[in-house]
Amino acid sequence: MNPRRKQRLIAVSSILVLLSGGVGAMLYALNENVDLFYTPSQLVDGLGEDKNKPVVGQRLRIGGMVVKGSVRRDEHSLKVSFDLVDTGPIVTVHYDGILPDLFREGQGIVAQGTLLNATTIEATEVLAKHDENYMPPEVAEAMKGIKHVPPKQTYSAETP
Amino acid sequence: MFKWLDPYAKPQVLFATLLWWQRWLMPLAIVVLLIGTIWGLGFTPADYQQGDSYRIIHVHVPSAIWSMGVYAWMAIAAFIALVWQVKTAQWAIGAMAPIGAVYTLIALFTGAAWGKPMWGTWWVWDARLTSELILLFLFLGVMALQNAFADRQTGDKAAAVLAVVGVVNLPIIHFSVEWWNTLHQGATITKFAKPSMDPSMLWPLLICILGFALLFGALTCLRLRTAILQHEAHRPWVRQYVEEQQHARV
Repeated sequence: MNPRRKQRLIAVSSILVLLSGGVGAMLYALNENVDLFYTPSQLVDGLGEDKNKPVVGQRLRIGGMVVKGSVRRDEHSLKVSFDLVDTGPIVTVHYDGILPDLFREGQGIVAQGTLLNATTIEATEVLAKHDENYMPPEVAEAMKGIKHVPPKQTYSAETP
Repeated sequence: MFKWLDPYAKPQVLFATLLWWQRWLMPLAIVVLLIGTIWGLGFTPADYQQGDSYRIIHVHVPSAIWSMGVYAWMAIAAFIALVWQVKTAQWAIGAMAPIGAVYTLIALFTGAAWGKPMWGTWWVWDARLTSELILLFLFLGVMALQNAFADRQTGDKAAAVLAVVGVVNLPIIHFSVEWWNTLHQGATITKFAKPSMDPSMLWPLLICILGFALLFGALTCLRLRTAILQHEAHRPWVRQYVEEQQHARV
């Protein structure tokens, strides 16, 4: 390799290495801010090494699994409340609006709203998360024992 | 070690090679894409959670994977162009950037169309979606920089530097769903573990991914050939080639 090419190779490579280092350091510093949502345990125990806890009244997103049997609907309006969990603590979410189709108990969701008190959130938007597993209904039933029931059918069964 | 590559730096040799590759890749890409999309969109079973909506994966995932793949190839071309100053590698950057931009746009658009019925929103500023949007801006930036200078060589060099530097974004896109919590789910197939997808759905998806790769190859051959003709328009071999083409048509 001739000296000029070698020089350019070193220059381009060092730019790339320095820049990756810089971006890496930046992302590391911003780590907590890049997260889209708090998990219930982050909300209760605090975030990161400083144990930063969000203050009451703060707007935030919370993401977790909907606890089975925790969904309580108001009979005369769209008001609904449910509990979220990840590894331990439970956080309650109140919401007034239409839930996404994928919302069901045991499913991951992300809610945006205001913190009412340490473990309660008044949500303005509820989004459903889905996981990276894809399979036909028959396979899911055989593997996981999950009987797929589309949400609409569940409601029609309750209110004939 | 790479001495066998040397002849391909010569535009005339590369032009003939690209023509040969294009003739094979283009029909193959069309056939593979047709099989993959028809199988995937029409004949795979519905998903146990998402029903039929998940079928958009057969367009979304291939375009998203190859938006990053195209960028990687473009960055390799840019690296060669910067260090060895091979002009055909320089032209390859310009040939690949619009293909990558369109793939990224397809990935973003199909992602939004998938997100609305499943998540409940078209767009959310989570790490995966934002970094993929930055990828689109990188492609557009490379295209814009190339034409931003009165002196073509300055523009080419600036675009090559941007293309190489933008590589930093690729691992960020890929690992965004692992490093941070995001609304976007984790990787289904681009991981070392077994793909978390039933084989009946996985095969058409893999065929679609292959199809997008072949299409990228075919389009790159086509666009790079055009670029070679444009840059070498004053050379005798180009004139001769054009004359031959005109004779063949008459």
